[in-house]
Amino acid sequence: MPGAIHAEGLVKTFGDVRALDGVDLDVPEGTVLGLLGPNGAGKTTAVRVLTTLLRPDSGRAVVAGVDVLKHPNEVRRSIGLSGQFAAVDEYLTGRENLHMVGQLYQMSSRAAKARAGELLERFHLADAADRPAKTYSGGMRRRLDLAAALVVSPPVMFMDEPTTGLDPRNRQQLWDVIQELVAGGTTLLLTTQYLEEADHLAHDICVVDHGKVIARGTSDQLKLRTGGERVEVVVHRPDMIDPARAVLAGFGKGEVAVETHTRKLTVPVAGGAKLLAEVIRELDSRGVEIDDIGLRRPTLDDVFISLTGHTAELAEEGDGDSAAAGGGDRGQGPKEAVK
Amino acid sequence: MSAVSDTTPRLAAPRPRGGVVQSVADSLVVARRNLIRMSRIPEMIIFGLIQPIMFVVLFSYVFGGSMTIGGTTDADVYRNFLMAGIFAQTVTFATAGAGAGIADDMHKGLIDRFRSLPMARGAVLTGRTLADLVQTALTVVVLAVVALLVGWRIHEGVPKALGAFALLLLLGYAFSWIGALIGLSVRTPEAATSGGLIWLFPVTFVSNAFVDSSQMTPWLRHVAEWNPFSATVQACRELFGNPGVSNSSAWPMQHSVWASIIWSLLIIALFRTLAVRKYRSAS
Ligand SMILES: Nc1ncnc2c1ncn2[C@@H]1O[C@H](COP(=O)(O)OP(=O)(O)OP(=O)(O)O)[C@@H](O)[C@H]1O
Ligand SMILES: [Mg+2]
Repeated sequence: MPGAIHAEGLVKTFGDVRALDGVDLDVPEGTVLGLLGPNGAGKTTAVRVLTTLLRPDSGRAVVAGVDVLKHPNEVRRSIGLSGQFAAVDEYLTGRENLHMVGQLYQMSSRAAKARAGELLERFHLADAADRPAKTYSGGMRRRLDLAAALVVSPPVMFMDEPTTGLDPRNRQQLWDVIQELVAGGTTLLLTTQYLEEADHLAHDICVVDHGKVIARGTSDQLKLRTGGERVEVVVHRPDMIDPARAVLAGFGKGEVAVETHTRKLTVPVAGGAKLLAEVIRELDSRGVEIDDIGLRRPTLDDVFISLTGHTAELAEEGDGDSAAAGGGDRGQGPKEAVK
Repeated sequence: MSAVSDTTPRLAAPRPRGGVVQSVADSLVVARRNLIRMSRIPEMIIFGLIQPIMFVVLFSYVFGGSMTIGGTTDADVYRNFLMAGIFAQTVTFATAGAGAGIADDMHKGLIDRFRSLPMARGAVLTGRTLADLVQTALTVVVLAVVALLVGWRIHEGVPKALGAFALLLLLGYAFSWIGALIGLSVRTPEAATSGGLIWLFPVTFVSNAFVDSSQMTPWLRHVAEWNPFSATVQACRELFGNPGVSNSSAWPMQHSVWASIIWSLLIIALFRTLAVRKYRSAS
C-alpha cells in the first residue's frame, strides 16, 4: 500500500537549476519523514510540489490517497502546511489570523473561532492573542504559523524547518506537539537543518543534495553507514596538530579529519576502549599534550558531512552538541542509498 | 497505530461547498481580512484621500482660468468640468492599491498559505478587489464633499448623480483587476506600486478628463475618445450635468453610459481571467 505521502520521479527545474532531479519519496501513514539537506538542496521545492503550490515538470505524487496534480483542491482539505517563512498577516491579531484560516478551511465561523482559541492556548499565545501579529517576536510568529497549519488537525502535515528560530524551550514544546500529533496518527514530512531534530523526531530520514535523494534509512542505519566509532582528540597547542595527525593515521581506519581552529582531530577506528588507551600512550610518548580525548559514536552530523561533503550550515547556529561539525571531512563512503 | 486521546480530533477540513456559494463566502472572508488590515493602517487611507484633494485644488487653481471649456475660460466652469475627471482618476488609483497589496501578500508568503487551503480559486483576488472597492467608495464620498466646498454642483438630480458614482465605482473595480494582475506579476510591493501607477498617467491624461479632447490633434483625439476611461468621464459629466460634454460623433462619446459599462465589464472579464490564472500558477 502506498504511504500517506508518495512521490515518484519528481523533477522541477528553474532555468538551469534542477531543484528536484528525480525524487522518490514514500511516507507510511502515521510516520515522520525527515528531509535533510544543505541549503539549496531542494527541500522547500519538494514541499511546495507536494502541497500543490508548484507543478513539477514531471513525476507524480499522491498525498492522503489523492493525486496532487489531478485533484489539488481535494488534497488541500487533508493537509496542513507550515512553510519555511512564517506566513501570517501582520496586521491581524493572532486570533484573527487563525479564525480566517479556519473559515477558509470551510469551517463555520463559530467552529473556527473556538478552534483558534484552543490553538492559541496550546501554543502559549493566549496572552498575545488579541495583539496584531506585527508585535510578535520571531518565535511567536513561527508558533502562530504552526498553529495555522494545525487548524483542522489534518491527516498529513508538512513542516518546512519548523523549529528554525525557536528557542530551546519552544523547540522542545513543538517537538512534544509533533509527537502528540504523530501518536494520534498524523503523517508528517519535516524538513530540517537540525540533525538532532531529525534524530529525535523522524522515523525515516532522506538526505537530499542537488535535487537528488542521496541516502535514506533510519537514523541508525545512516549512522552505521558512516562507519563505527571514532576517536576525537583536542590537542593543547596548534603545533601539536601535525604529530597528533601522524599518530592517529597509524591507528585509524580512514582519513584523519582536522579542524584547525578548535585543534580537533577525528578518525574512524575499530577497537574500542583498549585502542583509546593505546592512542593516549602513543600521543604521550610523542609529547603531544591533550586537552580532551574521547571515543564517539557517529552523529547524524557525520553522516551529513560524509554524504554531502559539507556541514549543515544552519546547524552551526544550533545550541549544544548538535553543532559539533568538522570542516575537512570529505565524503568517503559509497554514495548509493541504504535500503 | 492506536489513536491517542487528544484535544484535536483528526479531521480533514469539511468538504468544500464548491460553486458560487463558496466563492462568495471565501471572498467575503478575505475582503474582511483586508478591511481589518486597512483599518489598522489608517495612513494608507489618509494618503489615499489627500492625493485627489490635492489634485482638485491644484488643477482648479493652477489651470483654472487658462483652459477653454465650451468657449469660456471661466475658472468656475473649468472646476465643474474637472471634477468628473478627478473622480474617475481617483477611482482608477485603486489599481495601485490592489497591486501593492497582492504583491505584499506574495512577498510575505501569505499567497502560499492561501493557495494551500481548500478555498475558492478566485477568492483571494476577489476579496482584495472588494476591499479596495470599499476604500474607493469612501474616498469618493470625501472627495465629493470637498468638491462641493470648492463650488462643484450637480444639475440633473440625485438619482442620476448616484448613477454616475456607480459607473465610477464599476470602473475602479475593473481597474483593480488590472492591479491584481500587476501585483501577481512583479516581485516586490514597491514594483507593484510604481508599476501600478505609471501606466495610469497616459491612460488618464490622454483622455477628456482634464482637457477638452476636441482640441487635441486628430490621432490623439481618436485615442482619447476610445479610451475606456474617457467614456466614464463623459458619462459622469452628462449625469452630473457638468459642462464640457463632448459632442463628438465617436460611438463611446455618443453612448457614454453604455460605453462605460461595456468597457468596465470587458476589463473585468479579461483581467479577472488572466489574474486568476496567474494566481493559480504563482510561485
Ligand atoms: N522560484 C524559484 N526560482 C528560481 N530558482 C529557484 C526557485 N525556487 C527555488 N529555486 C532554486 O532551486 C534550488 C532548490 O531550492 P530550495 O528552496 O528547494 O532549497 P532548500 O533545500 O529548501 O534550501 P534551504 O535549506 O536554503 O531552505 C535552489 O538552487 C534555488 O535557488
Ligand atoms: Mg528551504
